[in-house]
Amino acid sequence: MFDGREIVQFPEASVRALGDENLQAALRLLGEGFQARRTDAVERFSEFEDARDAAVDAKTRTLRRLHQHLENFEARCQEQGGVVHWAETPADARQIVLELLTSRGVRVLSKGKTMVAEEIGLNGFLEKHDIEVVETDLGEYIIQLAEEVPSHIIAPAIHKTMPQVVELFRQHHDQHKAEPFPRHTPADLVAEARAVLRRRFLEADAGLTGANFLVAETGSSVIVTNEGNGDLTQTLPRLHIVLATIEKVVPTLADGAAILRVLARSATGQDMSAYTTISTGPRRSTDIDGPSEYHVVLLDNGRSSLLGTPAEEVLRCIRCGACMNHCPVYGAVGGHAYGWVYPGPIGAALTPALLGVEAARHLPNASSLCGRCEEVCPMRIPLPKIFRYWRAKEHEARLNTVRARLALALWGWLAAHPRLYRLGTGAAMWILSRLAGRSRRYRNLVLANGWTRSRDFPAPAGRTFLNSWNRRS
Amino acid sequence: MSVPSSESHRGRVGLFVTCLADLFRPSVAWASVKLLERAGFRVEVPDRQTCCGQPAYNSGDLRTARRVARGILDAFEPFEYVVTPSGSCAGMLRLHLGRLFASDPDEAARAEKLAGRTHELTSFLVDVAGWTDISATFPQRVTYHDSCSSLREMAVRDQPRALLARVDGLELVELPDRDACCGFGGTFCVKYPDISTKMVSDKTASIAGTGAETVLAGDLGCLLNIAGRLAREGRPIVCLHVAEVLAGAENTDPVVPV
Repeated sequence: MFDGREIVQFPEASVRALGDENLQAALRLLGEGFQARRTDAVERFSEFEDARDAAVDAKTRTLRRLHQHLENFEARCQEQGGVVHWAETPADARQIVLELLTSRGVRVLSKGKTMVAEEIGLNGFLEKHDIEVVETDLGEYIIQLAEEVPSHIIAPAIHKTMPQVVELFRQHHDQHKAEPFPRHTPADLVAEARAVLRRRFLEADAGLTGANFLVAETGSSVIVTNEGNGDLTQTLPRLHIVLATIEKVVPTLADGAAILRVLARSATGQDMSAYTTISTGPRRSTDIDGPSEYHVVLLDNGRSSLLGTPAEEVLRCIRCGACMNHCPVYGAVGGHAYGWVYPGPIGAALTPALLGVEAARHLPNASSLCGRCEEVCPMRIPLPKIFRYWRAKEHEARLNTVRARLALALWGWLAAHPRLYRLGTGAAMWILSRLAGRSRRYRNLVLANGWTRSRDFPAPAGRTFLNSWNRRS
Repeated sequence: MSVPSSESHRGRVGLFVTCLADLFRPSVAWASVKLLERAGFRVEVPDRQTCCGQPAYNSGDLRTARRVARGILDAFEPFEYVVTPSGSCAGMLRLHLGRLFASDPDEAARAEKLAGRTHELTSFLVDVAGWTDISATFPQRVTYHDSCSSLREMAVRDQPRALLARVDGLELVELPDRDACCGFGGTFCVKYPDISTKMVSDKTASIAGTGAETVLAGDLGCLLNIAGRLAREGRPIVCLHVAEVLAGAENTDPVVPV
């Protein structure tokens, strides 16, 4: 379980990931799956670009007066009988959840998918306090059995192949049953998980969910799921806890609808998720079901300090996962290599803000700046621009290698002196060209072995263009 | 290569050669000069140019980036048009110099002026000059690799294809993953060589899958990367810059001989 401070080293982890055959097999499905489905969904929906603008606008307006919308949310939520708790740090949020649970004698907590719970390391913390946590999202359930963490924000078990899931289910389910479940198709596995989880839903004394957004004008929390697990989690037990971060609030239901129009299309290529559930306060006397207590824990964890900085735009994120689905780096190494809760481009933009530039310094560098993430981001978050911002912070804090700093400074000095640059590069290219011989390539070049380990290095022509041009004119 | 001088020119173009074309592959710059002159422009190559500053800019060393980019501001200020055979360097001049100099209003204003006059070569020929009068022969099956900056920063996708359609004998086969990065990414390919290798290997596999004899691109960075990987894999596929083919490349050596 993440303790919120430890981050594995991306360079080493990414190399291991490239050599992991199961992972590579699982990742191959990203392209045909998520990418193709998003493309189809966008093509079917002619107003997609307008919908994007509206969603961006909703969130931009929110962030401009975030404190006010949060206060409105709290007031409306309380009017409906809910309770709002403010948590500045992950430790605060964990403590608030723990006290809510222990004071009510909760032994089993069912849980819908929430990345914020990963961010604060909730499961491990609660288990230490003898509270059993049952993940109810299928992907989350699979990785809970595997004792792993999510590798994707909407498809947490995307790194697992079907045979691996079959094996996990065999280990964990067969002991309770005389006759094993059939496990021939993905549908068999879904049915099996549903049968096992149904019992757990009924045992839970409390349910915890995240929120796709919170609505200030009504004091509601909204979640979208495809499995309906969120609904069972939040309506069956007597206590419903919503764990959300402060930037999830939007002013109005209409703003929430603007986000819904782009969320599922960008995420899974659906027009809408199967379930969209709006929760407003605890059960009323006229309701046929619902929890008797409704609590919202609002976590900051450094987000408010991003307001007004160039990285502020990451707070528009609606966690659709499109950036990671389309990122060639994520597609090559998967989510665990990023070492913390949020992988892929949004993780590389957000993690330095949450854990600090030093701990997360590799992540903004793990990008070719190809810009595909920004192209598909429904919220038009300029991810490459934010990577560059963190890279500049890293350079300012002298966290990059001495070798890289020296090389840049030396090259920069030379490039700022054209006459010397002409002389120096002219000589270097002449030598590089001569030494390459007739093959016109280098198979091994000491100063560029990162390149030549897997690629030939093309030999330069010999005389530089500017030297030839100047001679001509 | 002879370069005809044009008397009745349509304007003065400052050619930003790019450091990679200058150092590694001058034939790309010669081809650019030839195309621009054929299109009726007077081409000048300011001597003070070196690099656009991207290596430093993308590495977070903004002081060094500014120092290098100032040379570009000085060198290209007098020109009506600034044209470069690279989407990546064009993107740096068009989109990033303004940000780089944002803290100094005078320099920012100069950067914005330069941005408005900067064009990627094929988009300049098609969109600005309205010139597609290509006379070149290239009787081969080719495929085209779009650089990420061409696609996403400079909106260059159709322009090189419009020009290639005028080349005699050339058959263009599109790549299935044509909006995927080749893994070059400037310093990325040496910072994360293993990831870069995975990305370029996916790209070379799909290039080979098209059955093309030659792969073209509008950015030398991608071409050096792709050519280097193709050569290492022993795939006999030639790499050329699109300008070289458009200017008549029958006698141009490939980036790496096959």
